Amino acid sequence: MSGTYLGMPSFPEAAKEAVHNVTLRANLRHATHTIRDKRALAVAELADWAELREAGKQIKDHTLRYLDRYLEQLETAVTEAGGTVHWAADAAEANRIVAGLVKATGEREVVKVKSMATQEIGLNEALEAEGISAYETDLAELIVQLGDDRPSHILVPAIHRNRGEIRDIFQDRMGSWGRPAPDGLSDNPTELAEAARLHLREKFLRAKVGISGANFMVAETGTLVVFESEGNGRMCLTLPETLISVVGIEKVVPSWRDLEVFLQTLPRSSTAERMNPYTSMWTGTADADGPQSFHLVLLDNGRTNALADEVGRQALRCIRCSACLNVCPVYERAGGHAYGSVYPGPIGAILSPQLRGIQSEIDASLPYASSLCGACYEVCPVAIDIPEVLVHLREKVADQGGKGHRLEKAAIKAAGWVLDHPAALAAGERAASRTRRLHPRKLPGAGAWTADRELPELPAESFRDWWKRNRT
Amino acid sequence: MRVALFVTCVNDAFYPATGIATVRLLERLGVEVDFPAAQTCCGQPQFNTGYRRETEPLIRRTTRAFEGYEYVVTPSGSCAAMVRDHYPKFGETSLPSRTYELTEFLVDVLGVTDVGAYFPHTVTYHPSCHGLRMLHLGERPRKLLDAVKGLELRELPGAEECCGFGGTFAVKNAEVSAAMGRDKVRNAVSTGADVLCGADNSCLMHIGGILRREAVPMKGVPLRALHIADILASTEEEPYV
Repeated sequence: MSGTYLGMPSFPEAAKEAVHNVTLRANLRHATHTIRDKRALAVAELADWAELREAGKQIKDHTLRYLDRYLEQLETAVTEAGGTVHWAADAAEANRIVAGLVKATGEREVVKVKSMATQEIGLNEALEAEGISAYETDLAELIVQLGDDRPSHILVPAIHRNRGEIRDIFQDRMGSWGRPAPDGLSDNPTELAEAARLHLREKFLRAKVGISGANFMVAETGTLVVFESEGNGRMCLTLPETLISVVGIEKVVPSWRDLEVFLQTLPRSSTAERMNPYTSMWTGTADADGPQSFHLVLLDNGRTNALADEVGRQALRCIRCSACLNVCPVYERAGGHAYGSVYPGPIGAILSPQLRGIQSEIDASLPYASSLCGACYEVCPVAIDIPEVLVHLREKVADQGGKGHRLEKAAIKAAGWVLDHPAALAAGERAASRTRRLHPRKLPGAGAWTADRELPELPAESFRDWWKRNRT
Repeated sequence: MRVALFVTCVNDAFYPATGIATVRLLERLGVEVDFPAAQTCCGQPQFNTGYRRETEPLIRRTTRAFEGYEYVVTPSGSCAAMVRDHYPKFGETSLPSRTYELTEFLVDVLGVTDVGAYFPHTVTYHPSCHGLRMLHLGERPRKLLDAVKGLELRELPGAEECCGFGGTFAVKNAEVSAAMGRDKVRNAVSTGADVLCGADNSCLMHIGGILRREAVPMKGVPLRALHIADILASTEEEPYV
């Protein structure tokens, strides 16, 4: 994934800032609660939600099981339709392929449809290093890009920004990227949207190269699908002469019939809409209509590693709806940036360590960034058991050892011995109870607990001893 | 009927009153209670923290301790969920089907919702994630509370949100955990109830710990955290003190 996140501190460290930022906490709380309530209503409208969820899960599992076969079928179909397929093992290779394709057109500018895959590989930065300017055209991505910022939510990348901040960013930065913001721009949403529309319109009409991702790829026909709300995507997908789509290999589905399920579950889970306003589908190239040159870059970047893990692979079912972020109490307090990845929240906590490995401080801490409350699993439209994968990844991190884990393992082993010897446990409880009046209110080593909470008061007698006195 | 009480390690060491209340309650309802002394911990903290190998002996011990009992009852939603949802992954399939969380046992097995309790307080109920989303306790605890004489039940805003305990999460991500706990406490205080009740003393230990720390800034708030067993065991003859 993007080099931007290398050397990130661990999750608890990174979360500190957000936890103590009252404005950010309020912004996040308001936004996530609004979306989650709307989602609940949109989902409740469908009597067959449970069946749709199960169907989505099975389609994805089946496809992942035979991924090699469906990818080859997709490649054949795309090629027959006039497109070209490129395979990229990692971010560097994908970036090299895209930069090469753009350079071959002689262009120095590209317009982009919001895409998690290109964020993941840091494509914009890679293109910039090659002297190519990539313009984000999704409103929230535009805000993030102009603000020289990082996205903090999958669906609403600028969720952490308020209207006033957006006005300031537009006023200060639009001019250096193209058409400047109008004088006297207010923080009224309609005015802000209009400023963005005018700024972007210029880019759409000038662009010769468009870059997108895809929500789905249909193997039987080689069709790519993008769901979006603003219409900027359709401009980027139809106006340029060359279209380059960078898509994770897990996004393939076998047939058009399978789309029927996701056309219902994705919009309702993400934007709480019955249907997303724009669904664009394209198959190869067509004479005198749309891009005359189409390239599909199929991205691995850690996905086959995740696929090899029998428990973890379910993360690849993810359709990036972000429902799990919006219900996650940890995300709500820690904010998206603390996850050190373009994939924040519960799904990020299981996806990033699988795609990048668990060697770095941030990746080793992500599986613990959850109270395992299970709200994410409950809302997931493809039934990814996120708590199960978190615990599974914790095992890997604990096995790896490293910071804190050796000590923890020793403590767990010591406790394990006591817990396997009830007489020792009873003796320990008795000793603790007898000396309870001597215990300080803040125990050494219990700092993480007592910083914000009182310790429970030790009782005069354990239950075990009460039982012995009263019932035997 | 004879049942084995799985009191759980947290209740044994920190909340014996909840275990005693569970015994009193079950005995009052005509159930014979055994306490197999070989029991210790279900292994949940070890399992959830990623120590699968260290969990195994505890699973074997717990399973052995309760061999031969048709019903194993525990006043802890999360320990019941550990046994029920995770023991099968270790090949233990008999104990899970015989293990019941207390409110589940009362409503589903004994078929009672009015346990003859008396508790003259305003109460708000925090469902706890494992009881809510793994055991699907649903309306059971509320039905039991509704039937308690003198008790006024108040709706807890954001009831389904996690309190932030999460086992070792409470220390590994202490700041986020405490922020979640403070919001839970704020919501509970807003109900004006005297008692925040739950079916998991581990969550209540966290919530109660924050409550007592925040008691200074929230001066005059009479709220305290209490296990549902303590409420259901309370009668006019022997009220909870």
